[in-house]
Amino acid sequence: MPDAHDMPDSWPREAEPPKEVRVDRRAFLANLLAAAAAAGSPILLGAVRLPRLAAQDDGPYDASEHYYGIGLDVNKCIGCARCVAACKTENDVPLEPHYFNTWIERYILRTDGSVEVESPNGGLDGFAGIENAGTVLRTFFVPKLCNHCENPPCVQVCPVGATFVSQDGVVLVDEDYCVGCRYCIQACPYGARYLHPEKRVAGKCTFCYHRITKGLVPACVEACPTGARVFGELENRATPLARFMRFNDLQVLKPNLNTKPKAYYANLDYEVR
Amino acid sequence: MPQQVPRLLAVFAVVIAALIVARRVLTPPTFGELGHYRAVAVDSIAARPVKYAGRRACAACHSPVVEQHAGGNHAGVSCEVCHGPAAAHVAAPLDTKPVISRDRALCERCHAFNPSRPLGFAQIDTVMHNPRMPCIGCHRPHTPEPPVAPQDCSACHGQFARQKAVSRHAALACETCHETPVEHRTNPRAIRPTKPTTRAFCGQCHGSPDTGAPQVDLRTHNQSYVCWQCHYPHYPEAN
Repeated sequence: MPDAHDMPDSWPREAEPPKEVRVDRRAFLANLLAAAAAAGSPILLGAVRLPRLAAQDDGPYDASEHYYGIGLDVNKCIGCARCVAACKTENDVPLEPHYFNTWIERYILRTDGSVEVESPNGGLDGFAGIENAGTVLRTFFVPKLCNHCENPPCVQVCPVGATFVSQDGVVLVDEDYCVGCRYCIQACPYGARYLHPEKRVAGKCTFCYHRITKGLVPACVEACPTGARVFGELENRATPLARFMRFNDLQVLKPNLNTKPKAYYANLDYEVR
Repeated sequence: MPQQVPRLLAVFAVVIAALIVARRVLTPPTFGELGHYRAVAVDSIAARPVKYAGRRACAACHSPVVEQHAGGNHAGVSCEVCHGPAAAHVAAPLDTKPVISRDRALCERCHAFNPSRPLGFAQIDTVMHNPRMPCIGCHRPHTPEPPVAPQDCSACHGQFARQKAVSRHAALACETCHETPVEHRTNPRAIRPTKPTTRAFCGQCHGSPDTGAPQVDLRTHNQSYVCWQCHYPHYPEAN
């Protein structure tokens, strides 16, 4: 700061004031700044919202240095649903149908233009054979999960501020603060939320936040046997996700809604929504 | 100043003060520190217990099998896919043991034939393929290979071979349709196998009713094309 103040004085050279005046002014400015800092630091700190220091004290993880996304390769998904089983185990999601953080859908496109989408128990019990196999044009599996939108409708509608986007780009639910009103379940265009039957709060994929903050990958990524799921940083070039995004043509689900999803699909069929 | 103004100001001051106090009391601690949410919620979510330890944890103790596994066809399959969540085992190795399944169902989870699986993924017909035999009797799960090393065509063209193996054309040898000069093996790019060039070739089966194959009338059925320009012979429709 003092340099900036000196600049008008230092040019032209003739206008340079005597040395003792400069020293006095510099000392005066320094004192002024110190006084202002002492008196106003609480206000200033509150105004600029410095990153919270607590997380750094706990350990080396600093949420503001990370920004996460996930890549999904439809051509690699074999529909084994190991991801669904791993997710339910890792996150204590009830085993019965309709409660899924991640699930597998099977698409069957028929030659008459019809599209069948099915996900029996999220794919956990496997997928049966296809009837009328002769009329199948294409068929494939699509892994689904919360898209961790940059612009999430579920967060917009929460009346109490219980769901939010964390600093590292993960959409989370504050289970101690959620009132279970279900607005977010209605708002999510991807069907990625459910009401937890015992806790009576909204449940969803957390990117296994308790794992990624410890340097592990999410349970579904760990459990995927074919590498159809790629997790990593979006703002750091040297990650598996960055490689995935460089070498694949990517799509997101429902881009017209402007939710800016951070789940990027490779080899996605146009029929998938 | 009119008499009512100070009174109104007092009422306003009381209401505003009540609002400020109410907001202070009702807003939970740490709400708004990072955004429109309780900052402590992030820490409580991050503190949940881990159940899948991750493959790096396994390598710390089981290095021989991890090295062996890293060189095989299952290198990309993490240990806990088959052995189940193992964080408890990592914390107390002697008290809890991971699952070691010898069940066919575990392998069939991925390798049972399903038409929706990606083309060329290794699959079997679970009814036809050595029923009731445990998979690990012939295949080593850590470094799985077909019991016989791929020979002839499937050594290079495994994707076609695997897909054909679960199709209606499984019984047909490659040479049935592709005339392959011996030189193709030593000079694969310069000397190539043939493809059927006439409709009559497929008509040997699909145009003669006594073979039992699905029939078409070659005289009326889309004469402009050779059959394989519309049908995929390695995995024909109506499978």
